[in-house]
Amino acid sequence: MTLMKLTLRIWRQAGPDEPGAMTTYELDGVSPEMSFLEMLDTLNERLIAEGREPVAFDHDCREGICGSCGMVINGDAHGPERTTACQLHMRSFSDGDVIDIEPWRAGAFPVIKDLVVDRTAFDRIIGAGGYITAPTGSAPEAHATAVPKEAADLAFENAECIGCGACVAACPNGSAMLFTAAKVTHLNALPQGGPERESRTREMVAAMDAEGFGGCTNVGECATACPKGIPLFSITRMNREYLRALRKG
Amino acid sequence: MTTTEQPPGGGTASPTGTGSGTHTDFTVGEPVADTRAPLDTPIAERWRQRTFDAKLVNPANRRKHSVIVVGTGLAGGAAGATLAEQGYRVLQFCYQDSPRRAHSIAAQGGINAAKNYRNDGDSVYRLFYDTVKGGDFRARESNVHRLAEVSVQIIDQCVAQGVPFAREYGGLLDTRSFGGVQVSRTFYARGQTGQQLLLGAYQALSRQIAAGRVEMHPRTEMLDLIVVDGRARGIVARDLLTGRIDTHFADAVVLASGGYGNVFYLSTNAKNSNTTAIWRAHRRGAYFANPCFTQIHPTCIPRSGDHQSKLTLMSESLRNDGRIWVPKRKGDDRPPREIPEEERDYYLERLYPSFGNLVPRDIASRAAKNVCDEGRGVGPGGQGVYLDFAEAIERMGRDAVAAKYGNLFDMYERITAEDPYEVPMRIYPAIHYTMGGLWVDYDLQTSVPGLFAIGEANFSDHGANRLGASALMQGLADGYFVLPVTLGDYLARLGGVEKVDADHPAAQEAVSFVTDRLYALLSNNGDRTPDSFHRELGTLLWDECGMSRNEAGLRRALERIPALREEFWERIRVPGSGETLNQSLEQANRISDHMELAELMCLDALHRTESCGGHYREESRTPEGEAMRDDDAFSYAAAWEYTGTGSAPVLHREALEFAYVHPTQRSYA
Repeated sequence: MTLMKLTLRIWRQAGPDEPGAMTTYELDGVSPEMSFLEMLDTLNERLIAEGREPVAFDHDCREGICGSCGMVINGDAHGPERTTACQLHMRSFSDGDVIDIEPWRAGAFPVIKDLVVDRTAFDRIIGAGGYITAPTGSAPEAHATAVPKEAADLAFENAECIGCGACVAACPNGSAMLFTAAKVTHLNALPQGGPERESRTREMVAAMDAEGFGGCTNVGECATACPKGIPLFSITRMNREYLRALRKG
Repeated sequence: MTTTEQPPGGGTASPTGTGSGTHTDFTVGEPVADTRAPLDTPIAERWRQRTFDAKLVNPANRRKHSVIVVGTGLAGGAAGATLAEQGYRVLQFCYQDSPRRAHSIAAQGGINAAKNYRNDGDSVYRLFYDTVKGGDFRARESNVHRLAEVSVQIIDQCVAQGVPFAREYGGLLDTRSFGGVQVSRTFYARGQTGQQLLLGAYQALSRQIAAGRVEMHPRTEMLDLIVVDGRARGIVARDLLTGRIDTHFADAVVLASGGYGNVFYLSTNAKNSNTTAIWRAHRRGAYFANPCFTQIHPTCIPRSGDHQSKLTLMSESLRNDGRIWVPKRKGDDRPPREIPEEERDYYLERLYPSFGNLVPRDIASRAAKNVCDEGRGVGPGGQGVYLDFAEAIERMGRDAVAAKYGNLFDMYERITAEDPYEVPMRIYPAIHYTMGGLWVDYDLQTSVPGLFAIGEANFSDHGANRLGASALMQGLADGYFVLPVTLGDYLARLGGVEKVDADHPAAQEAVSFVTDRLYALLSNNGDRTPDSFHRELGTLLWDECGMSRNEAGLRRALERIPALREEFWERIRVPGSGETLNQSLEQANRISDHMELAELMCLDALHRTESCGGHYREESRTPEGEAMRDDDAFSYAAAWEYTGTGSAPVLHREALEFAYVHPTQRSYA
């Protein structure tokens, strides 16, 4: 196994109101078996040993499911493979590569420190209607309502969203349409989601706009960047749901 | 003996609580007993009876009560949402940037429920029976039966929330089998069941946050418990963005902060999962039960090198169709496809013909270790066994295998760059779950009144070994259905309590404990990174208190841990300040608690000279090499009381009575 030497250019920013800059680090001994975050761990271990502040980045499960990690790698959200940064491996890079690492860039995701951004806007969009009102204890027997397999599969496909924000970071408009559409599609596809179908769609879209996300101009970068493969067509579905909701008043 | 009379801070003089003395001692205190389950009622009626006996809080009075919930996983998310729906004021905390990211999200395989939709002979009683047996008779019968009862409601609740479980073409729910059972009772959402259940709870919680009934504090970590007049009344928490240390007060505190598997460094837990909330509650008087009961999951991806930061689990559901084998011959390093059928050892099928590849986790893990120890392991370092789908692909077709396991295969390929459709997966056991945790009674209340522990943070339902697909069940059972009843009873009986604020001496003392410890970390300016200590501690624990334990090894660990802890406080280096986001500080602070917990784990493992479930003492095994319990000596839960770091803890035994499921030597042959 050949170890690689890399040049990393990383966005360093001490705090939300501090100026930031790309800072260059040389890192050798990088194994192709490492994940991208393990490569950053290696850099951080060195920085700490030198008494310097390590690069801050969000991460947790390191299995591609919690949605914590996210960074723009050489211009692509989560980097060159269709996966999360934690599941990207260094075998996707070559010895001598120069790698640019930046935080998500979007007006609605302000930078907190280095590669860490504030994504709480997503939580507020969910809070506006991304749920089915079913207080604990009120549920009917699970088999009382059969759900056609197509509806269940459509719901599942959209429910896979991990809320990482890559769609917003990739979009030239900083739009959260794919994120919002995934939840609208998931819940509206199910019979259980029917009663709140219109209010959910209206209120989640309104919350999305209020958070300062941009509009959708059908560029499609979001669906290309999505590590979970949420389909672009979900945005079309949400637009249709939105029109339907408006017509119903 | 109650610990709430202890000096605050656990009686240690130094803020770091280094406690340098080496000890393998403990003292024995009064037995402890669950007094909440109505034992004179038949087991199937107990929960109904307890619910009826529980005092109610008038709906109009509920908003006068506040509850702190720490953690937003399945247990905490479900509890926060439900308590708020009932009208209580909830203050909720998580260290992640969003409640949606709690580590429950990574659970893959499924959730058990005794629905008997398959008409295969399942029942509440059978789920109860399987769980008591699977836990190797070290769990409390009353709790386990309640878990099995409530399992049925959980599925109803989750379906109503829109959780997209897998369905058959007729539109009804699909199920599959999991290890340790012979019925098909596991509900699933492809390989992302935990994610879907968690998002259901998160969405319910989000509704309450938006309605102003839950005050949510993300990126905020609990660092101490505030105990006033013997009751849990608040917490000290640090805002991870600003470093601000604040006190928060309520009528009760619920810990739903998960397990402590990360003490081993390499585990399947999320990188930031930690023991701090429960350990610091332990320092304040909450008994810690069965800390040595840790679960090693048989099907994880082997480590690839020293850079490894965590291990990734491959769902146990893969054992439904994958066959586990190693070469018959030692050191056979031919590629797997070139090893003919007759030269392969499908050792689980050979040793356990009736359960085969679906034996419980502890048994599958030990069997893998044994064949690797014999020199028959595969892959780098011989630390792996094959999990082979060739037969399944031939039987079901590639598409059917892909539909069932596609996302797991993709994940495997992303990590290893090997295609499991063509080459068998390589797997090896890894730390996955901790059955031990804070001791709780039937009401899920700890030994500190007003402090409750739910989900993996408590010790209650899985005994010495947890069956697959039971963690999700327990988290949601505790959060949605059990705690809201028992906590209501506590609050109803509480009556008026003295108002407490940040000026209270107990609050000030807790704040200064927290700030002193953080200051000690930041100001030390040593020469070792937090990670280097975590790795060293983890390796030590894995070697001496991992899959297989013996007296000599445990004594070695008990010698080494206090020395390592001392070295930690002498040599730790944490750059940066405490006033901004400082991930090194967070990590070092968590490791400081792991350093203390590790000692109790080894002591617990040393004192329990029997083998049971995941706790395998080499001195106590059957002629066939299986775990051999010693019911006469050890049919109890060990609840440990803290007396200071490095000083002998007090053991309180809770005797376990088995009135329904008679303890037998577990057999899966």
